[in-house]
Amino acid sequence: MVFDLMDDLARGFTQALQLILGGDAALLEIVALSLRVSFIALLIAMLFGIPLGAALGLSRIRAQGLITILLYTGMGLPPVVVGLFVYLLLSRSGPVGALGWLFTPTAMIVAQVIIAFPLVAGLTMTSAASVDPQLRLQARALGATRVQEAWAVLREARVGVIAAIVAAFGAIISEVGAVMLVGGNIEGKTRVLTTAIVLNTRTGDFELALALGIILLALAFVINGALLRLQRVSDV
Amino acid sequence: MARYCASNACLMCEALFQLRGVRKEYGARAVLQIDALEIFAGEILALVGPSGAGKSTLLRLLNFLETPTSGQLVYRQTPFENISLELRREITTVFQRPVLLNTSLRANVAYGLQLRGARHEARIDEMLARVGLATMARASARKLSGGEMQRVALARALVIEPRVLLLDEPTANLDPYNVALIEEIVRAQHHERGTTIVLVTHNLFQAKRLAQRVGLMLNGQLIEIADAPAFFDAPQDARTAAFVRGEMVY
Repeated sequence: MVFDLMDDLARGFTQALQLILGGDAALLEIVALSLRVSFIALLIAMLFGIPLGAALGLSRIRAQGLITILLYTGMGLPPVVVGLFVYLLLSRSGPVGALGWLFTPTAMIVAQVIIAFPLVAGLTMTSAASVDPQLRLQARALGATRVQEAWAVLREARVGVIAAIVAAFGAIISEVGAVMLVGGNIEGKTRVLTTAIVLNTRTGDFELALALGIILLALAFVINGALLRLQRVSDV
Repeated sequence: MARYCASNACLMCEALFQLRGVRKEYGARAVLQIDALEIFAGEILALVGPSGAGKSTLLRLLNFLETPTSGQLVYRQTPFENISLELRREITTVFQRPVLLNTSLRANVAYGLQLRGARHEARIDEMLARVGLATMARASARKLSGGEMQRVALARALVIEPRVLLLDEPTANLDPYNVALIEEIVRAQHHERGTTIVLVTHNLFQAKRLAQRVGLMLNGQLIEIADAPAFFDAPQDARTAAFVRGEMVY
């Protein structure tokens, strides 16, 4: 049994190499779509999540407790529930069904933004709040404006902010429930690495499923490695 | 409002700061009540007093980091309500506990200039040399000792060439070498640039060494303020006399 598994892994690894080196068009399309969807979702989550997280970490507002609980709850949202929620929103009879986004990459991006946003905002908030409060006073004493003050705090919290981005990227590039529900795993249109793995596993093509899994892991490894490097470079 | 002051840089000094009936409260608790105080251009004023006397609160008000609950605080004829960013940037504070950015020494010293969109590489080098840290310019600020951190904080404050330098117990907990070095830098800055300096210290000897005027604060109030020799040798208030003698006063 163990030998079978090792054989499968070895074959999967070999096939992954062949697919990559052979420049398999279908594979490249799947990889490109996976990265495009997850990167766009991550960028949108960062665009709104980092400022919100910084604001919550730096100030005290009336609904702070409620927002924090919502964010922490959001950090643990099951992707399949997010998928169901987005599906209901975008389905033809849903409130924004007229947009016609269901079973398109846009719907997948929407779902992944919902998954990534609480992670980015929540972890940024924690990082910003953990920066020495005296730093803001010091920055202000040196002539910082409010915006410069906030920027100084974010710079100090950068290790945590990058960790937030890494966590969010890891969550969305590897999730399958939401993209499967709202994307539909349509070949050449909404099929991404995770949904392709599910499909190939179901059809018994374990070697291809393993190959895709190895590619997904390699991509996550390279991208997280790059983010970690960025974290270290900025931590001079 | 002109006054003779002992600074070499300025013989007829204008009152830079004028405080009238300035009161600061946190909730229902009043922590500062200054009936009248003037701080003159080019002077070194030391504020002494026990912990909790309101000295640091006063410095925060002078740097416009906080606003008075009531009263008049005027800087260069401008009431605190109308202080512009430009005027605020003439003043800076070195705190007792220096907080440095998690980056190199050089970037820390450059920070105040960076906030102003200014680049003065030579001035940064000069400041690093002045505080004796030129060879460590590229080192991480996290690897510094307490004395070195305070010297970086001082260089960071001086590089922006402030008109007013507020020092909040800058040498507390430092070894004699660093105390002497920091005092020498402060003295040189005052002598060369005529910078107005307000020094908060527990160290009466330091006040005596550096200041031209000294004020005693107790329970948020300014008990007595006088030229340094008069303050130490002929105090008018019994509490000042007791404090100068090293007795506990409350």
